[in-house]
Amino acid sequence: MQPLAKLLEAALFAASRPLTIDELASLDPAAGEPAVRVALAALRSAYSDEHGVELVEIAGGWQFLTRREYAETIERAQFALRPRRLSPAALETLAIIAYRQPVGRIEVDEIRGVDSGAVMDKLVERGLIEVVTRGEGLGRPLLYGTTPSFLEILGLKDLEDLPRLEELSVALRRPTPVDEPE
Amino acid sequence: MTSPILRDPGNSAFVVELEKFSGPLDLLLHLIREDEVDITDLPIAKIADQFLSVINELGLNQAADYLEMAARLLRIKAQLLLPRRLGDDEWEDPRAELVRRLLEYQQIRELVDWLGHAADVRAERFGRGYEAPPPDAPPAPLQIDLNDLLAAAERVIALIPEPMLHRVVPRPLDVEGATARLNALLAEREQFGWTDVVGRGATIADVLSAFIALLELAKRSSLTLSQPEPFGPMVITRATPREAA
Repeated sequence: MQPLAKLLEAALFAASRPLTIDELASLDPAAGEPAVRVALAALRSAYSDEHGVELVEIAGGWQFLTRREYAETIERAQFALRPRRLSPAALETLAIIAYRQPVGRIEVDEIRGVDSGAVMDKLVERGLIEVVTRGEGLGRPLLYGTTPSFLEILGLKDLEDLPRLEELSVALRRPTPVDEPE
Repeated sequence: MTSPILRDPGNSAFVVELEKFSGPLDLLLHLIREDEVDITDLPIAKIADQFLSVINELGLNQAADYLEMAARLLRIKAQLLLPRRLGDDEWEDPRAELVRRLLEYQQIRELVDWLGHAADVRAERFGRGYEAPPPDAPPAPLQIDLNDLLAAAERVIALIPEPMLHRVVPRPLDVEGATARLNALLAEREQFGWTDVVGRGATIADVLSAFIALLELAKRSSLTLSQPEPFGPMVITRATPREAA
């Protein structure tokens, strides 16, 4: 393996969170970003089969993660535990915020048909959403967006990884005008 | 989602588990799916009756969100009953807005399934530096004992020689000087205590200046302030570059 790939391997092993290309490139100022990308690709393929961990692109960065097939055994031994699952209400709220960001609480309430204040507070507390700006409307409402932690817990590279709305079986379209009864 | 409605053979009433529904739209969608009706051509009268009977069964008529939806359904039902002239171009289907919301909500539910699956898959892969998920319980409320409070006040006052509160302090607070002293301390030590900042012979002005400087530096994330226990000695810790960013 190239020295740069080894250096990246060490840094990624040491870090407890995904490291961005910028962060990785800062390890060796002489290398430059393209070389880091090449080394990352090499590193990823080196870990592609023969190892219990693999190099994953996640939340705008790179991280070593254990392979899925070992989750149950590791968890049974209590070396690590899966995080708690998010409630349906939390996922609904996250889905709306992920697609509509920046979005205010009132809009989330309207789409869900229920008050979402408590759920949103919880999500802010867990660091999955944050206030990104203020709206122009009455009272300059706080507008929320998703955080890198949101991508991390879903294992997404970036927001582009979310399914496109057209791909869903129910497209969000103007309802076809209902035929007028005779 | 598994069917939350169990039909009791001896009783035609619905038995529904409330936790299965995240709101009135969810319940409506469920009823629509049960009846296998076209969402864009809602049989409002039927759906409204079912909705009302379910929320009555569940005592959900206490919940404002469900009540509001019930009222909306009844209004749409009434509007549909109103006579209208044939070929009236002005007529707008009173169901249109509800149908739009239901379709939108149905899409959200589909995204919820997708996100839930993605989170489950991700949860099966552990990263380095695993930290146990934080407990749900909020931190216990601060237990303040009057004696603790007085003792803490005593300790602060004891650092001030002869408190003469009536005397007007001739010079203003020297926050800049205190900031400089703190920065010097931060440069040479990663962690130190309050007494290292003010020393024994400090005046009120010194104490106040140091305190304001501390708060200001904490706000700028140059350092973090912590107390291991209520009214315990304050620990000043240099912020790591990542926190300061």
